[in-house]
Amino acid sequence: MQTTLTVNGTRHQLDLDPRVTLLDALRDHLCLTGSKKGCDHGQCGACTVIADGRRINACLTLAVMHDGAELVTVEGLADGESLSPLQQAFLDHDGMQCGYCTPGQLCSATAMLEEVRAGRASHVTGELEGEMRLTREEITERMSGNLCRCACYSGIVAAIEEAATK
Amino acid sequence: MRPFDYHRPDTAEAALNDASDGTAFIGGGTNLLDLMKLEVMTPDRLVDVNHLGLNRIEETDDGIEIGATVRNSDLADDARIRRRWPVLSRALLAGASPQLRNTATTAGNLLQRTRCPYFQDIDAACNKRDPGSGCAAVGGELRNHAVLGTSEHCIALHPSDMAVAMRALDAEVVIRGSGGSTRTTGLPDFYRLPGETPHIETTLEPGELITAIRLPAPPGDRQAYRKVRERASYAFALVSTAAVLRMENGKIASAALAFGGVGTQPWRDAEVDTLLRDERPSNALFDKAGEVLMRNAELREGLEFKKPLAQRVLKAVLTEVTR
Ligand SMILES: Cc1cc2nc3c(=O)[nH]c(=O)nc-3n(C[C@H](O)[C@H](O)[C@H](O)COP(=O)(O)OP(=O)(O)OC[C@H]3O[C@@H](n4cnc5c(N)ncnc54)[C@H](O)[C@@H]3O)c2cc1C
Ligand code: SF4
Ligand code: FES
Ligand code: FES
Repeated sequence: MQTTLTVNGTRHQLDLDPRVTLLDALRDHLCLTGSKKGCDHGQCGACTVIADGRRINACLTLAVMHDGAELVTVEGLADGESLSPLQQAFLDHDGMQCGYCTPGQLCSATAMLEEVRAGRASHVTGELEGEMRLTREEITERMSGNLCRCACYSGIVAAIEEAATK
Repeated sequence: MRPFDYHRPDTAEAALNDASDGTAFIGGGTNLLDLMKLEVMTPDRLVDVNHLGLNRIEETDDGIEIGATVRNSDLADDARIRRRWPVLSRALLAGASPQLRNTATTAGNLLQRTRCPYFQDIDAACNKRDPGSGCAAVGGELRNHAVLGTSEHCIALHPSDMAVAMRALDAEVVIRGSGGSTRTTGLPDFYRLPGETPHIETTLEPGELITAIRLPAPPGDRQAYRKVRERASYAFALVSTAAVLRMENGKIASAALAFGGVGTQPWRDAEVDTLLRDERPSNALFDKAGEVLMRNAELREGLEFKKPLAQRVLKAVLTEVTR
């Protein structure tokens, strides 16, 4: 099936079997192997990408369902050689060990900071209609869709806390 | 995954025409694709319902109508829902992860299948997946199975958080059939108990499309959702309670309570609601409500914990909303 995906600003025309997930299209058809396959069942967040401005699990959606979509993967977060503030903060705070979950963490956190700016509430937000404050508790809840098997959570939270103020 | 064709119609009529035997509608796909990878579900055609214009939330006379493909995150975030039906926002925000909520749809969430591990394992006996094959759960390892509404043929839980809040809010499902006819059904008539046919989970006929969910005006202004799970986030409920209450002169004027993690469908018990009505809140009253709720519970080995846990969560929620 003919499918057009714009990934990190570049348009790609692909001819895909409908079974191909968005994650496999990125990794196996476009050779963008930054996005990782951890569980392939929506349980770990390693495959998180940003589709039309929203973070999603690329493993639980079909590529053909995203015909015409604008996608951002970890490969698109830096501006050339200069890292995004969040990427730099992950380095500065040791937000990783093996790095397998990191592309998903970075895409997830990038979109999460936008959600907070847009006033989206979370499970731990006290008042649904109040102002959103990005406390540590809020960060951990909002990032709960990204597991880290090396348990670098304290570094990840510290990195996000710092990047949020930039 | 088995091969299938993929259709992307742009009207509801076309989607209904595209549906034949062996077709599945796909919303977010977060449940369907998961189960297709495991070959638990094997449709030969997917009809994508994301381009049918069913993604709006619109106010009705005194309630609200939620399009079938509204994303769980957008529903939780809607200003009107947050203000008048906060229990629904809370239930949604307590479910899955932000990434999944950005993908999952309202109709897909209502229709998500059980997380019974034997249902997901195609080598195990399971009446729900393979009618007549038996039930590996009865006599097997039990942890997150139902204690209410079960039958000897199936004891699978309905796993949705959203549907529990909707049950307390008297939601109705708007369904469109292939002849173009539209009908509306409340959740009590929408979900079926497993009985002898656990593979038939709802009264939705094959090929019928959910177009929307309607909520009437909220039956109470005091609302809360509490969920207990095995880790702080990103886990299904062990037990949950949605409460929607109205108080008058220190008494409970109306109560609508619904429960997750206990039933084969999002659970509601009219006797619990009735018991609370016109009473003054007290610990004794809340304990009695917990007894009534669990009076018919089937506490199979491994599930004994559900009774005291559900009763304590009920008491905590009632204490919170009657304060
Ligand atoms: C790791 C993980 C954790 C989760 N945790 C939770 C949790 O804590 N709480 C919770 O409540 N849920 C949880 N979920 C489940 C999640 O909420 C569901 O997967 C999601 O809501 C399903 O919605 P969907 O749009 O993706 O459905 P789909 O997968 O698209 O569809 C599900 C079913 O509905 C049918 N369908 C879809 N739309 C229509 C329609 N318009 N008309 C007729 N039929 C239709 C499909 O054919 C399919 O049978 C979790 C899921 C995962 C993977
Ligand atoms: S409890 Fe229901 S879903 Fe689980 S194995 Fe038994 S029949 Fe299947
Ligand atoms: S690979 Fe997608 S969530 Fe684990
Ligand atoms: S850094 Fe190894 S899994 Fe997160």
